[in-house]
Amino acid sequence: MSGSTADWQPSERELARRRTRSRQRRHGVVVASIATVVVIGALGAALVLSPGWPRVRATFLDLHHAKESLPSILDGFWLNVRMFLIAEPIILVLGLALALARQATSAWLVPLRGLAVLYTDVVRGVPTLLLVFLFVFGMPALGLAGIPNSIFFWATVALVVSYSAYVAEVFRSGIESVHPSQLASAEALALSRAQTMRHVVVPQAVRRVVPPLLNDFVSLQKDTALVASVGLFDALFAAADYGNFNFNFTPYVVAALFFIAMTVPLARLCDVLARRLARRERAGAL
Amino acid sequence: MRPALRLSRAAAPVAAVLLATAVAACAPAEDEPEQSGKSASADECAVADLPLVKKGVLTIGTDSPAYEPWFVDDDPANGKGFESAVAYALADELGFSKDQVSWVTVPFNNSYKPGKKDFDFDINQISVNPEREKAVDFSDGYYSAAQAVIVLKDSPAAEATSLADLAKFKIGAQTGTTSLTAVRDVIKPEQEPLVFQNTNNAKQAMLNGQVDAIVADLPTAFYISAAEIENSVLLGQFQYDGGEPEEFGLLFEQGNELLPCVNGAIASLKENGTLADLQQKWLSDVVSVPELQ
Repeated sequence: MSGSTADWQPSERELARRRTRSRQRRHGVVVASIATVVVIGALGAALVLSPGWPRVRATFLDLHHAKESLPSILDGFWLNVRMFLIAEPIILVLGLALALARQATSAWLVPLRGLAVLYTDVVRGVPTLLLVFLFVFGMPALGLAGIPNSIFFWATVALVVSYSAYVAEVFRSGIESVHPSQLASAEALALSRAQTMRHVVVPQAVRRVVPPLLNDFVSLQKDTALVASVGLFDALFAAADYGNFNFNFTPYVVAALFFIAMTVPLARLCDVLARRLARRERAGAL
Repeated sequence: MRPALRLSRAAAPVAAVLLATAVAACAPAEDEPEQSGKSASADECAVADLPLVKKGVLTIGTDSPAYEPWFVDDDPANGKGFESAVAYALADELGFSKDQVSWVTVPFNNSYKPGKKDFDFDINQISVNPEREKAVDFSDGYYSAAQAVIVLKDSPAAEATSLADLAKFKIGAQTGTTSLTAVRDVIKPEQEPLVFQNTNNAKQAMLNGQVDAIVADLPTAFYISAAEIENSVLLGQFQYDGGEPEEFGLLFEQGNELLPCVNGAIASLKENGTLADLQQKWLSDVVSVPELQ
């Protein structure tokens, strides 16, 4: 090639290619828009034209009931949020501790390993709702001195117990996904087992499991509503209570919107992080 | 350009529209004349002409567990307990024999969901209120309930002599009940009331010391305190003054044409004294409870 690139002109063929490409793009956009409008419109029409629609609108989408129930649902939702904020950090610490206990290689720590395995297996095998019941009704009934009998306390404990087992498994899969060459390199640098874990393995593992961890967070946010079943007046129970007195389901929809507002941003963030991670891991080689 | 492919592409949205209209066409048509308050005499209500969920059988719903004194031994079909006895008296009045009555379990919060019901009526200590009338139809009342307060004998709450005295204690009531509304509107406690899913949870909370006083309708409260919670007493009864006295009604699907016949049967049970006798038989203990102001 000689001469500067300034007087370079795309060939006729290249221009034709570009025209074809942009025509295809435009065509795609038009078809996608029409398809979306038609499908959404058909779904909306099916909903609004169904014979039961007036009944559904009166039972689930009544503005008056939505307004009336809003204050108590808002109060209840604050309880969900508090519970989540308290439980989440404890779950992270406990989950990581459990995962590390399962990775321990020292002979002294064999009982600890066994306990950690047993804990994660048993706890993950019991439905979270059942754990909530067992802790809330069972623990205060023991009548042990110094044990609080607050329902909020025990419901939070139940969520922590349940989710720490799931999170432990997430951390463990992260730890096990770190390439053996990393361990070999650490050993070559004369790092002890603890130092290897602390400086080489765990940081990589944590970075890798951020998306699934966030997934568990979203799940925990929703599961705080399980405490409605033991009489804590959270958003769901506030909605149910209003609905039971007025025979109307609108408050449930209001409560659902609160949960959506809380979980959707986190779910989006989760996707963004997962994509970013994928890009980094592939190092641009798509 | 492949015309065949283009055609099938265009077919997808068309198919979606067709599917949607098909779904809409499958949904049941609705019409619901207002029935509440209508009454029909016995000669207009031959069993053969009654609109029933199951032919030749009166299907009655109630929640499980079925609590005393409304039902006995958690078995609505034994005719024992006030509501079971009332149900069989009504069935008899309508011309059904005892073995032509079948019971179905209907959790309270399922009883008012829109759409077809799988019972002819539901009997479950359900208070009639105007807001509820928009979703279901109610029969005329078969019992007027007062509210009552349960406390533990040795608790500070047992010292209370008026509703105002109770405001500083932790008070509990069951979700969706008039009792809970009474707590919020009449007693107005300083702390948020504790709300229970059912009577069992209320009992457990009182035994655990998580609540100082429980408000429930008088017969229920009387039974809980007499048989379920040791060392508890009824502090007293009061009328929740929401305008009308609180009445329990039978719950029907909106527009159910069986309702006027059942109202007729309730009216004749009131007239011939059967309802009063059943009340005397199953709920007689509750008359001696002091009034709280």
